[in-house]
Amino acid sequence: MKQTATIISTYAADISGICSAMYELGGMTVMHDASGCNSTYNTHDEPRWYDMDSLVFLSGLTETEAILGDDDKLIRDTIEAARELKPRFITLGGTPIPMMTGTDFRAVALQIERETGIPTFGLNTDGMHSYISGASKAFAVLAERICKDRIPKTKELSVNILGATPLDFSINGTIQAMEKALNSHNIQVHAIWAMGTGPDETADNLFYKIATSSAAHVNLVISSCGLKAAKILQQKFQIPYVIGTPCGSKFTEKIAESIKDAAVTGKNKNVCESFPKANTVIIGESVTALSFANALYTETGNGAKVLCAVDSEEELLSEGCLEACDEAELIPHLNGAKIIIADPMYRPICPKTAHFIELPHEAFSGRIYRNQIPRLMEDFETYIEKGGLNV
Amino acid sequence: MLKRLKETVKNPSVKISEAKFPAPFVSGLEYGAPARGTWNIVHVGMLIPQAHQIFVCAQGCLRGVVLTAAEMGASDRFSTIAVRENNVLDGDMEELILDGISDILKRLPKQPPAVLLYTSCIHHFMGSDLNYVYQVLREKYPQIQFTDCYMNPIMRKSGMTPDQTMRRQLYSLLKQKENKEKKVHLAGCDFRLDVNSELYQYLIQNDYEVCEIASCKTYEEYEQLAKAGWCITTFPAAKAAGEYLEKEYGQQHLYLPASFEYETIDKNLQFLQEKLELNIELDDLNVKKAACEEVLKKTKEFIGSTEITIDFTAFPFVLSLAKLLLSHGFCVTKLYVDSFLGEEREIFDWLKEHAPNLEIYPTVHASMRVISRSSDQKILAIGQKAAYFSGTDYFVNIVEGGGFWGYESIIHLANLMCDAYTYPKDRKSLIQIKGMGCGNCV
Repeated sequence: MKQTATIISTYAADISGICSAMYELGGMTVMHDASGCNSTYNTHDEPRWYDMDSLVFLSGLTETEAILGDDDKLIRDTIEAARELKPRFITLGGTPIPMMTGTDFRAVALQIERETGIPTFGLNTDGMHSYISGASKAFAVLAERICKDRIPKTKELSVNILGATPLDFSINGTIQAMEKALNSHNIQVHAIWAMGTGPDETADNLFYKIATSSAAHVNLVISSCGLKAAKILQQKFQIPYVIGTPCGSKFTEKIAESIKDAAVTGKNKNVCESFPKANTVIIGESVTALSFANALYTETGNGAKVLCAVDSEEELLSEGCLEACDEAELIPHLNGAKIIIADPMYRPICPKTAHFIELPHEAFSGRIYRNQIPRLMEDFETYIEKGGLNV
Repeated sequence: MLKRLKETVKNPSVKISEAKFPAPFVSGLEYGAPARGTWNIVHVGMLIPQAHQIFVCAQGCLRGVVLTAAEMGASDRFSTIAVRENNVLDGDMEELILDGISDILKRLPKQPPAVLLYTSCIHHFMGSDLNYVYQVLREKYPQIQFTDCYMNPIMRKSGMTPDQTMRRQLYSLLKQKENKEKKVHLAGCDFRLDVNSELYQYLIQNDYEVCEIASCKTYEEYEQLAKAGWCITTFPAAKAAGEYLEKEYGQQHLYLPASFEYETIDKNLQFLQEKLELNIELDDLNVKKAACEEVLKKTKEFIGSTEITIDFTAFPFVLSLAKLLLSHGFCVTKLYVDSFLGEEREIFDWLKEHAPNLEIYPTVHASMRVISRSSDQKILAIGQKAAYFSGTDYFVNIVEGGGFWGYESIIHLANLMCDAYTYPKDRKSLIQIKGMGCGNCV
């Protein structure tokens, strides 16, 4: 593989995934990096940065520290900031140079935790994987370390929504719309991992709900960021999970039914089928793109093939959901497509013969098309009509 | 909503009377404020017309630069090669770069005249043989000029900063010209020099041609920069570029800092006159000074005792600006600056003595994330970070001095202050635009 991009963008990296996942929970996240990752994250990956304070910082690693393998400054600075800012927990993540120098994040985290008494998580990211990898690790560590006790189940059927970050769902109300839609099917939402604080939801409350996630009957995995955590919660608390992103009313109904089934049977279910022979192609993250394809099929009878351009769990890949990360891998699949649904920044590599429908994705194009990101939960039918997909 | 910690967090500021020089703050975890108007290495590199940038780094490092290019509408001049774990483990970095560049050049619709190849911290640490890479590229593509650029922030505290290096490398594609002309090259600045500035005016009045990279529209125009007999730099980050131009291309370098000190401005112009044998009526400078005094007086009357805050991204010589305003009766209360320029030591001492209560705030200290960013009083800010931290919509929206120099910069700034004091701006939108003046499609 050439690993080249002549013109297209690149996805948010693993370290940004960690920061995004932990953003609203009252913790402190430290990117162990020289510089660059912080400005990339807070400019292009984090739409909440201006209006919502969160303790996300950079360590400012220097050449000398890297050469000498000096972790002391990272430890000392983190402890000092934690004593001043009193976060609920601390997360440390790495970037390329700490990977090369072999920084032992778990050991560093352990030392910080011992000295501060604050739960500290060291996550091995290196800036060479997509946000899916980082956010997955962040949600997984929450499931392992924060969800401790088995809580009595809620009286009414309830779910935790796993895998919600602005990188996949922006901040346009999509997550709130999903909650509303599930409510309309008599399914309560217990915890959203991990966004949606606002006037009615404090960070304390959101964190508490996540910590008591075992009270829910089923976990709903709405992006692949949530799948690792779902598996851990199943192992710890025997909570089954359903994979699928609520998208449009008909497909959401299908998801709701699957949740109800899972609550009774205790079995996991992936609601998404794949459509390997479809001549419509969607580029994106596996769960959301597959869900879009299924919602499209439910509405129109035509599915779509998914090109998954970010990390994905093996079980989500199939002939209808192919991993294709760089231009050289993507282009052959695009050449035969009749319709392509993708972020606008993919347009330059798509054949002019294909009908291109814009589906902006914050994790790919950052803030450039933020105002055009559709609210697919509520506006799916309008979106497909506007794109001529319902013909 | 997240809980604001402002009530419990210690204010990280220090009074200038107690501040250490040049580093008033101990380094720790760093915060990045959402004020993004300063230029980065992509913006600066794009000053070379028609050149194509290729970055070779990890995904996390590529993301920021690829979107910088996209936001400035220059994606067609920008490509990437992603470094993955296997490349680090296999040690095939040279092969990755060579294959990647061949692939990109093959697929570009038109061959660029030059390629800026940006390598990263990884290559530095791995000891990649970049000399070999450039040698092969130059042999394989003789019609394209290649130069080495760097995205290695790990070096920002070791010797030359990436910003200084980038400004120097801007000129590495020039070719030696023997016939030096009566031509002055204003080097290393992102913006065109203000044509009303004394510096510009005296040069053209004495029949010097003035050239600068910011006004080059084609690669051929860029190449003509090598013909200059003189080069002038006006702020510290550009100095290395000037020294390079002198050493490599024989352009005599003059460093004429864009200070707000009358004495320094006079000294600079006298130096220029002496070196370039200019015919300058130095009495004219007294007229300029009088004009500055007049406009500062009027501005002070207009703004009154309104609190003024200033940050270092607005003007590099932030202490000289503070001194100018304080010595003319303005109520400057806060400076947002993480470290001081060595060449402002005397001004620092003056401020210590004459404005001991002037507060110095860091911009990257972790506590700056949570301290209060609002005020009951109207505040006039100079610079985007000052506007953000002061929570004011009354601000002068300028970065890196905006191309202003000398007495004219004082007159211009005074006018901008009056305008900013009168008309509030959309702070949230304006300060978040990357690379002010580079074009923006967000």
